[in-house]
Amino acid sequence: MSEILAYGFMQRALLAALLVGTLCSVISFFVILKRLSFLGAGISHTALGGIAIGLVTGLDQVLTGSIFALGTAMSTGHISRLGKISEDTVIGIFYASGMALGIALISSFKGYYPELFSLLFGNILAVSARDLQVLALVLVVVMVFVIVFFKELLAICFDEEMAIAGGLPVGPLYMGLLATIGLTIMVSIQLVGVVLVAALLVIPGAAAYRLSNNYRSMLLYALIIGLSGSFGGLFVSYYYPVPPGAAIVLIMAAIFALVVFIKYYLEK
Amino acid sequence: MQEIVRAKNLTVSLGGKTVLEDITFSIFSGEMTGVIGPNGAGKTTLLRAVLGLVSVQQGSLAVFGKRGIRIKEIRPRTGYMPQRHYFDRRFLLSAADVVSTGLLSPRTLFKKIPRKNEQVKDALRLAGMENFFHQPFQNLSGGEQQRVLLARALARRPDLLLLDEPNNGLDFPAQQSFVALLRKLKDKENIAIIMVSHDLVSIAPAVDKLLCINRTMHVHGDPAEVLRSPHLDEAYRCQFDFLTTGGSTERWWH
Repeated sequence: MSEILAYGFMQRALLAALLVGTLCSVISFFVILKRLSFLGAGISHTALGGIAIGLVTGLDQVLTGSIFALGTAMSTGHISRLGKISEDTVIGIFYASGMALGIALISSFKGYYPELFSLLFGNILAVSARDLQVLALVLVVVMVFVIVFFKELLAICFDEEMAIAGGLPVGPLYMGLLATIGLTIMVSIQLVGVVLVAALLVIPGAAAYRLSNNYRSMLLYALIIGLSGSFGGLFVSYYYPVPPGAAIVLIMAAIFALVVFIKYYLEK
Repeated sequence: MQEIVRAKNLTVSLGGKTVLEDITFSIFSGEMTGVIGPNGAGKTTLLRAVLGLVSVQQGSLAVFGKRGIRIKEIRPRTGYMPQRHYFDRRFLLSAADVVSTGLLSPRTLFKKIPRKNEQVKDALRLAGMENFFHQPFQNLSGGEQQRVLLARALARRPDLLLLDEPNNGLDFPAQQSFVALLRKLKDKENIAIIMVSHDLVSIAPAVDKLLCINRTMHVHGDPAEVLRSPHLDEAYRCQFDFLTTGGSTERWWH
Protein backbone atom coordinates (compact mmCIF):
# COMPACT_ATOMS: atom_id res chain seq x y z
CA MET A 1 0.00 0.00 0.00
CA SER A 2 2.72 2.44 1.04
CA GLU A 3 4.54 1.51 -2.18
CA ILE A 4 1.54 2.64 -4.24
CA LEU A 5 1.21 5.90 -2.32
CA ALA A 6 4.87 6.71 -2.88
CA TYR A 7 4.18 7.64 -6.49
CA GLY A 8 2.72 11.06 -7.25
CA PHE A 9 0.72 9.77 -10.24
CA MET A 10 -0.84 7.06 -8.04
CA GLN A 11 -1.80 9.60 -5.37
CA ARG A 12 -3.54 11.66 -8.04
CA ALA A 13 -5.17 8.54 -9.51
CA LEU A 14 -6.51 7.49 -6.09
CA LEU A 15 -7.93 10.95 -5.50
CA ALA A 16 -9.48 10.89 -8.99
CA ALA A 17 -11.00 7.47 -8.24
CA LEU A 18 -12.50 8.84 -5.02
CA LEU A 19 -13.97 11.91 -6.75
CA VAL A 20 -15.28 10.14 -9.86
CA GLY A 21 -16.50 7.13 -7.85
CA THR A 22 -18.54 9.43 -5.60
CA LEU A 23 -19.84 11.54 -8.48
CA CYS A 24 -20.87 8.60 -10.67
CA SER A 25 -22.51 6.74 -7.78
CA VAL A 26 -24.73 9.69 -6.90
CA ILE A 27 -25.66 10.32 -10.55
CA SER A 28 -26.16 6.58 -11.09
CA PHE A 29 -28.82 6.67 -8.33
CA PHE A 30 -30.91 9.08 -10.43
CA VAL A 31 -30.03 7.43 -13.76
CA ILE A 32 -31.55 4.15 -12.51
CA LEU A 33 -34.55 5.66 -10.74
CA LYS A 34 -35.44 7.85 -13.73
CA ARG A 35 -34.57 5.04 -16.18
CA LEU A 36 -32.00 7.06 -18.08
CA SER A 37 -29.44 4.26 -18.66
CA PHE A 38 -29.61 4.55 -22.44
CA LEU A 39 -29.26 8.32 -22.17
CA GLY A 40 -26.00 7.90 -20.23
CA ALA A 41 -24.58 5.51 -22.84
CA GLY A 42 -25.75 7.74 -25.65
CA ILE A 43 -24.28 10.95 -24.26
CA SER A 44 -20.88 9.38 -23.65
CA HIS A 45 -20.68 7.97 -27.17
CA THR A 46 -21.82 11.25 -28.69
CA ALA A 47 -18.81 12.86 -27.01
CA LEU A 48 -16.61 11.06 -29.54
CA GLY A 49 -17.74 13.58 -32.17
CA GLY A 50 -16.58 16.43 -29.95
CA ILE A 51 -13.31 14.72 -29.14
CA ALA A 52 -12.61 14.24 -32.85
CA ILE A 53 -13.20 17.96 -33.45
CA GLY A 54 -10.67 18.70 -30.71
CA LEU A 55 -8.14 16.28 -32.21
CA VAL A 56 -8.28 17.64 -35.76
CA THR A 57 -8.44 21.31 -34.74
CA GLY A 58 -5.86 21.14 -31.96
CA LEU A 59 -8.36 22.34 -29.33
CA ASP A 60 -8.58 20.69 -25.89
CA GLN A 61 -10.35 17.37 -26.64
CA VAL A 62 -11.84 17.07 -23.16
CA LEU A 63 -13.36 20.53 -23.58
CA THR A 64 -14.80 19.84 -27.05
CA GLY A 65 -16.02 16.39 -25.96
CA SER A 66 -17.61 17.92 -22.87
CA ILE A 67 -19.41 20.56 -24.90
CA PHE A 68 -20.81 17.76 -27.06
CA ALA A 69 -21.81 15.69 -24.00
CA LEU A 70 -23.51 18.63 -22.31
CA GLY A 71 -25.12 19.78 -25.57
CA THR A 72 -26.47 16.28 -26.23
CA ALA A 73 -27.90 15.98 -22.72
CA MET A 74 -29.68 19.33 -22.90
CA SER A 75 -30.88 18.88 -26.51
CA THR A 76 -32.25 15.42 -25.77
CA GLY A 77 -34.19 16.76 -22.82
CA HIS A 78 -35.46 19.75 -24.77
CA ILE A 79 -36.54 17.82 -27.88
CA SER A 80 -38.24 15.03 -25.92
CA ARG A 81 -39.98 17.61 -23.71
CA LEU A 82 -41.62 19.05 -26.81
CA GLY A 83 -43.49 15.75 -26.83
CA LYS A 84 -43.17 14.85 -30.48
CA ILE A 85 -40.26 12.40 -30.28
CA SER A 86 -39.42 10.00 -27.44
CA GLU A 87 -36.19 10.38 -25.45
CA ASP A 88 -34.95 6.97 -26.64
CA THR A 89 -35.38 7.95 -30.29
CA VAL A 90 -33.60 11.28 -29.84
CA ILE A 91 -30.63 9.75 -28.02
CA GLY A 92 -30.51 6.88 -30.55
CA ILE A 93 -30.03 9.45 -33.32
CA PHE A 94 -27.46 11.53 -31.38
CA TYR A 95 -25.57 8.40 -30.32
CA ALA A 96 -25.03 7.15 -33.87
CA SER A 97 -24.49 10.63 -35.36
CA GLY A 98 -21.84 11.58 -32.76
CA MET A 99 -19.94 8.34 -33.34
CA ALA A 100 -20.23 8.74 -37.12
CA LEU A 101 -18.91 12.32 -36.93
CA GLY A 102 -15.96 11.17 -34.83
CA ILE A 103 -15.08 8.33 -37.20
CA ALA A 104 -15.49 10.56 -40.28
CA LEU A 105 -13.26 13.34 -38.88
CA ILE A 106 -10.53 11.03 -37.59
CA SER A 107 -10.45 9.13 -40.91
CA SER A 108 -10.52 12.26 -43.08
CA PHE A 109 -7.78 14.18 -41.24
CA LYS A 110 -5.15 11.50 -41.35
CA GLY A 111 -2.66 12.15 -38.62
CA TYR A 112 -1.11 10.62 -35.55
CA TYR A 113 -3.37 10.87 -32.54
CA PRO A 114 -1.66 9.10 -29.61
CA GLU A 115 -4.17 10.53 -27.15
CA LEU A 116 -7.13 8.94 -28.96
CA PHE A 117 -6.73 5.56 -27.26
CA SER A 118 -6.75 7.06 -23.78
CA LEU A 119 -9.81 9.18 -24.63
CA LEU A 120 -11.63 6.11 -25.90
CA PHE A 121 -10.63 3.82 -23.03
CA GLY A 122 -9.45 6.27 -20.36
CA ASN A 123 -6.19 6.65 -18.46
CA ILE A 124 -6.65 7.49 -14.83
CA LEU A 125 -2.90 7.24 -14.25
CA ALA A 126 -2.37 10.31 -16.45
CA VAL A 127 -4.62 12.58 -14.34
CA SER A 128 -2.98 15.94 -13.67
CA ALA A 129 -3.42 18.36 -10.75
CA ARG A 130 -5.53 20.60 -13.04
CA ASP A 131 -7.77 17.63 -13.93
CA LEU A 132 -8.28 17.00 -10.22
CA GLN A 133 -9.28 20.63 -9.69
CA VAL A 134 -11.86 20.38 -12.49
CA LEU A 135 -13.12 17.08 -11.04
CA ALA A 136 -13.48 18.57 -7.57
CA LEU A 137 -15.29 21.62 -8.95
CA VAL A 138 -17.75 19.46 -10.91
CA LEU A 139 -18.33 17.27 -7.84
CA VAL A 140 -19.11 20.34 -5.73
CA VAL A 141 -21.51 21.78 -8.35
CA VAL A 142 -23.31 18.43 -8.83
CA MET A 143 -23.53 17.73 -5.08
CA VAL A 144 -24.91 21.20 -4.32
CA PHE A 145 -27.59 20.75 -7.01
CA VAL A 146 -28.49 17.25 -5.82
CA ILE A 147 -28.55 18.13 -2.09
CA VAL A 148 -30.58 21.32 -2.56
CA PHE A 149 -33.19 19.71 -4.85
CA PHE A 150 -33.00 16.10 -3.63
CA LYS A 151 -36.64 15.73 -2.53
CA GLU A 152 -37.93 17.38 -5.72
CA LEU A 153 -35.70 15.22 -7.97
CA LEU A 154 -36.86 12.11 -6.13
CA ALA A 155 -40.51 13.15 -6.59
CA ILE A 156 -39.93 13.74 -10.32
CA CYS A 157 -38.29 10.32 -10.67
CA PHE A 158 -41.23 8.69 -8.89
CA ASP A 159 -44.19 10.44 -10.51
CA GLU A 160 -43.52 13.32 -12.89
CA GLU A 161 -47.20 14.02 -13.54
CA MET A 162 -47.84 14.55 -9.83
CA ALA A 163 -44.77 16.77 -9.53
CA ILE A 164 -46.09 18.94 -12.39
CA ALA A 165 -49.53 19.08 -10.77
CA GLY A 166 -47.92 20.13 -7.47
CA GLY A 167 -46.46 23.15 -9.27
CA LEU A 168 -42.81 22.07 -9.05
CA PRO A 169 -40.50 23.52 -11.72
CA VAL A 170 -40.17 20.06 -13.33
CA GLY A 171 -38.77 21.25 -16.67
CA PRO A 172 -35.83 23.25 -15.22
CA LEU A 173 -35.08 20.58 -12.59
CA TYR A 174 -35.07 17.82 -15.21
CA MET A 175 -32.80 19.84 -17.47
CA GLY A 176 -30.57 20.46 -14.43
CA LEU A 177 -30.41 16.70 -13.83
CA LEU A 178 -29.47 16.11 -17.47
CA ALA A 179 -26.78 18.80 -17.21
CA THR A 180 -25.30 17.06 -14.15
CA ILE A 181 -25.26 13.77 -16.12
CA GLY A 182 -23.49 15.56 -18.99
CA LEU A 183 -20.94 17.12 -16.60
CA THR A 184 -20.33 13.78 -14.88
CA ILE A 185 -19.68 12.08 -18.22
CA MET A 186 -17.37 14.90 -19.20
CA VAL A 187 -15.07 14.46 -16.19
CA SER A 188 -15.36 10.66 -16.09
CA ILE A 189 -14.10 10.24 -19.65
CA GLN A 190 -10.55 10.72 -18.39
CA LEU A 191 -10.97 7.89 -15.92
CA VAL A 192 -12.53 5.16 -18.07
CA GLY A 193 -12.94 6.74 -21.49
CA VAL A 194 -15.84 7.35 -23.86
CA VAL A 195 -16.59 3.67 -24.42
CA LEU A 196 -16.76 2.55 -20.79
CA VAL A 197 -18.10 5.61 -18.96
CA ALA A 198 -21.74 4.45 -19.32
CA ALA A 199 -20.94 1.53 -17.01
CA LEU A 200 -20.08 3.93 -14.17
CA LEU A 201 -23.40 5.68 -14.61
CA VAL A 202 -25.44 2.49 -14.60
CA ILE A 203 -23.82 -0.33 -12.59
CA PRO A 204 -23.56 1.23 -9.08
CA GLY A 205 -27.21 2.32 -9.13
CA ALA A 206 -28.47 -0.89 -10.76
CA ALA A 207 -26.69 -3.17 -8.23
CA ALA A 208 -27.75 -0.92 -5.32
CA TYR A 209 -31.38 -0.98 -6.54
CA ARG A 210 -31.39 -4.79 -6.36
CA LEU A 211 -29.98 -4.70 -2.81
CA SER A 212 -32.26 -2.03 -1.32
CA ASN A 213 -35.70 -1.64 0.15
CA ASN A 214 -35.62 2.15 0.26
CA TYR A 215 -33.86 4.99 -1.55
CA ARG A 216 -31.65 5.86 1.42
CA SER A 217 -29.96 2.46 1.46
CA MET A 218 -29.85 2.50 -2.35
CA LEU A 219 -27.83 5.70 -2.28
CA LEU A 220 -25.46 4.27 0.32
CA TYR A 221 -24.98 0.97 -1.56
CA ALA A 222 -24.42 2.84 -4.85
CA LEU A 223 -21.63 4.82 -3.16
CA ILE A 224 -20.04 1.69 -1.70
CA ILE A 225 -20.19 -0.15 -5.04
CA GLY A 226 -18.97 2.86 -7.05
CA LEU A 227 -16.00 3.47 -4.74
CA SER A 228 -15.16 -0.25 -4.46
CA GLY A 229 -15.08 -0.53 -8.24
CA SER A 230 -12.99 2.63 -8.69
CA PHE A 231 -10.38 1.78 -6.05
CA GLY A 232 -10.45 -1.95 -6.81
CA GLY A 233 -9.86 -1.37 -10.52
CA LEU A 234 -6.98 0.95 -9.78
CA PHE A 235 -5.27 -1.59 -7.52
CA VAL A 236 -5.84 -4.43 -9.99
CA SER A 237 -4.30 -2.39 -12.80
CA TYR A 238 -1.29 -1.56 -10.58
CA TYR A 239 -0.46 -5.22 -9.96
CA TYR A 240 -1.68 -6.77 -13.25
CA PRO A 241 -1.28 -5.61 -16.86
CA VAL A 242 -4.92 -4.53 -17.25
CA PRO A 243 -5.87 -0.95 -18.24
CA PRO A 244 -7.43 0.77 -15.18
CA GLY A 245 -10.62 1.83 -17.02
CA ALA A 246 -11.36 -1.74 -18.06
CA ALA A 247 -10.46 -3.08 -14.60
CA ILE A 248 -12.83 -0.60 -12.89
CA VAL A 249 -15.74 -1.54 -15.16
CA LEU A 250 -15.03 -5.29 -14.86
CA ILE A 251 -14.99 -5.12 -11.05
CA MET A 252 -18.28 -3.21 -11.01
CA ALA A 253 -19.80 -5.72 -13.47
CA ALA A 254 -18.60 -8.58 -11.24
CA ILE A 255 -20.23 -6.92 -8.19
CA PHE A 256 -23.47 -6.52 -10.16
CA ALA A 257 -23.42 -10.18 -11.26
CA LEU A 258 -22.77 -11.27 -7.68
CA VAL A 259 -25.64 -9.14 -6.35
CA VAL A 260 -28.06 -10.51 -8.97
CA PHE A 261 -26.92 -14.07 -8.27
CA ILE A 262 -27.24 -13.74 -4.47
CA LYS A 263 -30.62 -11.99 -4.67
CA TYR A 264 -31.91 -14.65 -7.06
CA TYR A 265 -31.03 -17.45 -4.62
CA LEU A 266 -32.27 -15.55 -1.57
CA GLU A 267 -35.63 -14.82 -3.20
CA LYS A 268 -36.04 -18.34 -4.61
CA MET B 1 -73.15 23.74 -0.46
CA GLN B 2 -70.34 25.77 -1.99
CA GLU B 3 -69.74 25.69 -5.74
CA ILE B 4 -66.18 24.39 -6.25
CA VAL B 5 -65.92 23.96 -10.02
CA ARG B 6 -67.97 25.65 -12.71
CA ALA B 7 -67.40 24.93 -16.40
CA LYS B 8 -69.41 26.73 -19.03
CA ASN B 9 -69.14 25.79 -22.72
CA LEU B 10 -65.58 24.65 -22.02
CA THR B 11 -63.44 23.88 -25.09
CA VAL B 12 -59.87 22.55 -24.86
CA SER B 13 -57.52 21.83 -27.78
CA LEU B 14 -54.22 19.97 -27.65
CA GLY B 15 -51.79 20.18 -30.56
CA GLY B 16 -54.44 21.73 -32.79
CA LYS B 17 -56.96 18.97 -32.08
CA THR B 18 -60.13 19.70 -30.13
CA VAL B 19 -60.18 17.29 -27.18
CA LEU B 20 -63.09 18.78 -25.26
CA GLU B 21 -65.90 20.85 -26.70
CA ASP B 22 -68.84 22.68 -25.17
CA ILE B 23 -68.70 21.06 -21.72
CA THR B 24 -70.92 22.59 -19.04
CA PHE B 25 -71.22 21.39 -15.45
CA SER B 26 -70.92 22.44 -11.81
CA ILE B 27 -69.45 20.58 -8.84
CA PHE B 28 -70.23 21.38 -5.21
CA SER B 29 -68.53 20.68 -1.89
CA GLY B 30 -69.36 17.31 -0.34
CA GLU B 31 -70.37 15.96 -3.73
CA MET B 32 -68.80 13.07 -5.64
CA THR B 33 -69.00 13.32 -9.41
CA GLY B 34 -68.04 10.50 -11.73
CA VAL B 35 -66.71 11.44 -15.16
CA ILE B 36 -67.28 8.56 -17.55
CA GLY B 37 -66.64 8.00 -21.22
CA PRO B 38 -64.74 5.61 -23.49
CA ASN B 39 -60.95 5.63 -23.85
CA GLY B 40 -59.73 8.85 -25.49
CA ALA B 41 -62.91 10.74 -24.56
CA GLY B 42 -60.98 13.61 -22.96
CA LYS B 43 -61.59 12.65 -19.31
CA THR B 44 -57.97 13.09 -18.19
CA THR B 45 -57.75 16.36 -20.13
CA LEU B 46 -60.78 17.60 -18.19
CA LEU B 47 -58.96 16.92 -14.89
CA ARG B 48 -55.80 18.57 -16.22
CA ALA B 49 -57.85 21.64 -17.21
CA VAL B 50 -59.26 21.84 -13.66
CA LEU B 51 -55.66 21.70 -12.37
CA GLY B 52 -54.64 24.47 -14.79
CA LEU B 53 -52.20 22.16 -16.60
CA VAL B 54 -53.87 22.74 -19.97
CA SER B 55 -55.37 26.00 -21.15
CA VAL B 56 -58.96 26.66 -22.04
CA GLN B 57 -59.54 27.84 -25.62
CA GLN B 58 -63.19 28.80 -25.38
CA GLY B 59 -65.82 29.06 -22.69
CA SER B 60 -64.95 29.46 -19.05
CA LEU B 61 -63.68 27.33 -16.20
CA ALA B 62 -63.69 28.57 -12.62
CA VAL B 63 -62.21 26.60 -9.71
CA PHE B 64 -62.88 28.04 -6.24
CA GLY B 65 -63.98 31.13 -8.20
CA LYS B 66 -60.57 31.57 -9.91
CA ARG B 67 -60.23 31.51 -13.69
CA GLY B 68 -57.50 31.14 -16.30
CA ILE B 69 -53.92 31.10 -15.08
CA ARG B 70 -55.11 32.04 -11.58
CA ILE B 71 -56.34 28.44 -11.28
CA LYS B 72 -52.71 27.56 -10.43
CA GLU B 73 -53.13 29.57 -7.21
CA ILE B 74 -55.64 27.05 -5.87
CA ARG B 75 -53.45 23.98 -6.37
CA PRO B 76 -52.68 23.80 -2.63
CA ARG B 77 -56.43 23.29 -2.11
CA THR B 78 -56.56 20.54 -4.73
CA GLY B 79 -55.51 16.90 -4.33
CA TYR B 80 -54.67 14.91 -7.44
CA MET B 81 -54.23 11.20 -8.04
CA PRO B 82 -52.91 10.60 -11.57
CA GLN B 83 -53.27 7.33 -13.46
CA ARG B 84 -51.19 4.39 -12.25
CA HIS B 85 -49.07 4.12 -15.40
CA TYR B 86 -47.36 7.42 -14.57
CA PHE B 87 -45.32 5.94 -11.73
CA ASP B 88 -43.07 2.98 -11.01
CA ARG B 89 -44.82 0.55 -8.63
CA ARG B 90 -41.45 -0.83 -7.49
CA PHE B 91 -39.99 2.57 -6.59
CA LEU B 92 -37.91 2.48 -3.39
CA LEU B 93 -40.03 4.68 -1.15
CA SER B 94 -41.88 3.93 2.07
CA ALA B 95 -45.61 4.67 2.28
CA ALA B 96 -44.79 7.82 4.28
CA ASP B 97 -42.22 8.93 1.68
CA VAL B 98 -44.84 8.60 -1.07
CA VAL B 99 -47.35 10.65 0.91
CA SER B 100 -44.76 13.35 1.69
CA THR B 101 -44.21 13.91 -2.07
CA GLY B 102 -47.79 15.21 -2.06
CA LEU B 103 -46.66 18.10 0.16
CA LEU B 104 -44.11 19.37 -2.35
CA SER B 105 -44.84 22.69 -4.02
CA PRO B 106 -42.91 25.81 -5.03
CA ARG B 107 -43.30 26.93 -1.39
CA THR B 108 -41.39 23.90 -0.08
CA LEU B 109 -38.37 24.45 -2.37
CA PHE B 110 -35.23 24.93 -0.24
CA LYS B 111 -37.17 23.75 2.84
CA LYS B 112 -36.85 20.49 4.69
CA ILE B 113 -39.94 18.34 5.19
CA PRO B 114 -39.60 16.36 8.45
CA ARG B 115 -39.82 12.58 7.98
CA LYS B 116 -42.48 12.25 10.68
CA ASN B 117 -44.60 15.11 9.41
CA GLU B 118 -48.03 15.38 11.07
CA GLN B 119 -49.76 16.06 7.74
CA VAL B 120 -48.34 12.80 6.40
CA LYS B 121 -49.59 10.89 9.44
CA ASP B 122 -53.05 12.49 9.17
CA ALA B 123 -53.30 11.71 5.45
CA LEU B 124 -52.37 8.06 6.02
CA ARG B 125 -54.93 7.88 8.82
CA LEU B 126 -57.66 9.35 6.59
CA ALA B 127 -56.86 6.69 3.97
CA GLY B 128 -56.90 3.95 6.63
CA MET B 129 -53.17 3.29 6.18
CA GLU B 130 -51.73 4.62 9.44
CA ASN B 131 -50.18 1.23 10.26
CA PHE B 132 -48.24 1.22 6.98
CA PHE B 133 -46.12 4.33 7.70
CA HIS B 134 -42.73 2.60 7.32
CA GLN B 135 -43.83 -0.13 4.89
CA PRO B 136 -41.97 -0.22 1.56
CA PHE B 137 -44.39 0.97 -1.14
CA GLN B 138 -43.33 -1.81 -3.52
CA ASN B 139 -44.38 -4.50 -1.00
CA LEU B 140 -47.98 -3.28 -0.78
CA SER B 141 -50.88 -4.84 -2.69
CA GLY B 142 -52.53 -2.91 -5.54
CA GLY B 143 -55.39 -1.82 -3.26
CA GLU B 144 -53.01 -0.70 -0.50
CA GLN B 145 -50.89 1.24 -2.99
CA GLN B 146 -54.03 3.03 -4.21
CA ARG B 147 -54.85 4.02 -0.63
CA VAL B 148 -51.32 5.36 -0.12
CA LEU B 149 -51.67 7.37 -3.34
CA LEU B 150 -55.01 8.64 -2.08
CA ALA B 151 -53.25 9.67 1.16
CA ARG B 152 -50.70 11.55 -0.96
CA ALA B 153 -53.56 13.41 -2.66
CA LEU B 154 -55.01 14.19 0.78
CA ALA B 155 -51.71 15.36 2.28
CA ARG B 156 -52.42 19.05 1.74
CA ARG B 157 -55.91 18.73 3.22
CA PRO B 158 -57.62 19.58 -0.09
CA ASP B 159 -61.16 20.82 -0.62
CA LEU B 160 -61.22 19.29 -4.10
CA LEU B 161 -59.97 15.81 -4.96
CA LEU B 162 -59.30 14.75 -8.55
CA LEU B 163 -58.91 11.01 -9.16
CA ASP B 164 -57.93 9.63 -12.55
CA GLU B 165 -58.98 6.01 -13.09
CA PRO B 166 -58.36 5.06 -9.41
CA ASN B 167 -59.99 1.64 -9.86
CA ASN B 168 -57.76 0.55 -12.74
CA GLY B 169 -55.97 -2.72 -12.03
CA LEU B 170 -57.91 -3.39 -8.80
CA ASP B 171 -60.06 -6.48 -8.30
CA PHE B 172 -63.76 -5.99 -7.55
CA PRO B 173 -63.56 -6.15 -3.70
CA ALA B 174 -60.66 -3.67 -3.73
CA GLN B 175 -62.68 -1.35 -6.00
CA GLN B 176 -65.69 -1.56 -3.65
CA SER B 177 -63.53 -0.89 -0.62
CA PHE B 178 -61.80 2.08 -2.28
CA VAL B 179 -65.08 3.67 -3.37
CA ALA B 180 -66.54 3.16 0.13
CA LEU B 181 -63.52 4.99 1.56
CA LEU B 182 -64.09 7.88 -0.85
CA ARG B 183 -67.73 8.18 0.18
CA LYS B 184 -66.72 8.26 3.84
CA LEU B 185 -64.15 10.96 3.13
CA LYS B 186 -66.59 13.03 1.13
CA ASP B 187 -69.20 12.95 3.90
CA LYS B 188 -66.79 13.42 6.82
CA GLU B 189 -64.42 16.00 5.31
CA ASN B 190 -66.95 17.72 3.00
CA ILE B 191 -64.56 17.32 0.05
CA ALA B 192 -65.71 17.69 -3.55
CA ILE B 193 -64.51 14.67 -5.52
CA ILE B 194 -64.20 14.25 -9.27
CA MET B 195 -63.47 10.66 -10.20
CA VAL B 196 -62.66 9.72 -13.79
CA SER B 197 -63.30 6.20 -15.05
CA HIS B 198 -63.91 4.43 -18.33
CA ASP B 199 -65.70 1.73 -16.34
CA LEU B 200 -69.11 3.16 -15.50
CA VAL B 201 -70.27 -0.01 -13.70
CA SER B 202 -67.65 0.41 -10.98
CA ILE B 203 -68.40 4.04 -10.17
CA ALA B 204 -72.06 4.62 -11.08
CA PRO B 205 -73.45 3.19 -7.81
CA ALA B 206 -71.09 5.28 -5.67
CA VAL B 207 -71.32 8.80 -7.07
CA ASP B 208 -73.85 11.59 -6.58
CA LYS B 209 -73.65 12.74 -10.18
CA LEU B 210 -72.39 11.33 -13.45
CA LEU B 211 -70.91 13.34 -16.29
CA CYS B 212 -70.69 11.38 -19.51
CA ILE B 213 -68.33 12.80 -22.13
CA ASN B 214 -66.82 11.75 -25.41
CA ARG B 215 -65.16 14.96 -26.61
CA THR B 216 -68.51 16.73 -26.13
CA MET B 217 -70.79 16.37 -23.15
CA HIS B 218 -73.44 13.71 -23.73
CA VAL B 219 -75.30 13.65 -20.44
CA HIS B 220 -74.89 15.02 -16.90
CA GLY B 221 -76.96 14.39 -13.79
CA ASP B 222 -78.25 11.79 -11.39
CA PRO B 223 -76.52 8.41 -12.01
CA ALA B 224 -79.80 6.50 -12.42
CA GLU B 225 -80.99 8.98 -15.04
CA VAL B 226 -77.65 8.93 -16.85
CA LEU B 227 -77.65 5.14 -17.00
CA ARG B 228 -81.12 5.18 -18.54
CA SER B 229 -80.28 7.91 -21.01
CA PRO B 230 -79.94 7.02 -24.72
CA HIS B 231 -77.05 9.54 -24.80
CA LEU B 232 -74.95 6.99 -22.95
CA ASP B 233 -75.06 4.60 -25.92
CA GLU B 234 -74.19 7.55 -28.14
CA ALA B 235 -71.12 8.43 -26.04
CA TYR B 236 -69.77 4.89 -25.83
CA ARG B 237 -70.82 4.17 -29.42
CA CYS B 238 -72.34 0.83 -28.39
CA GLN B 239 -75.70 -0.49 -27.35
CA PHE B 240 -76.49 -0.98 -23.65
CA ASP B 241 -79.15 -3.46 -22.46
CA PHE B 242 -81.17 -3.06 -19.29
CA LEU B 243 -81.23 -5.67 -16.59
CA THR B 244 -83.78 -4.93 -13.89
CA THR B 245 -83.73 -6.77 -10.58
CA GLY B 246 -85.83 -6.02 -7.51
CA GLY B 247 -86.56 -2.44 -8.51
CA SER B 248 -82.92 -1.50 -9.22
CA THR B 249 -81.72 -1.01 -12.74
CA GLU B 250 -78.43 -2.25 -14.07
CA ARG B 251 -77.16 -1.99 -17.62
CA TRP B 252 -74.79 -4.13 -19.57
CA TRP B 253 -73.06 -3.33 -22.82
CA HIS B 254 -72.19 -5.60 -25.66
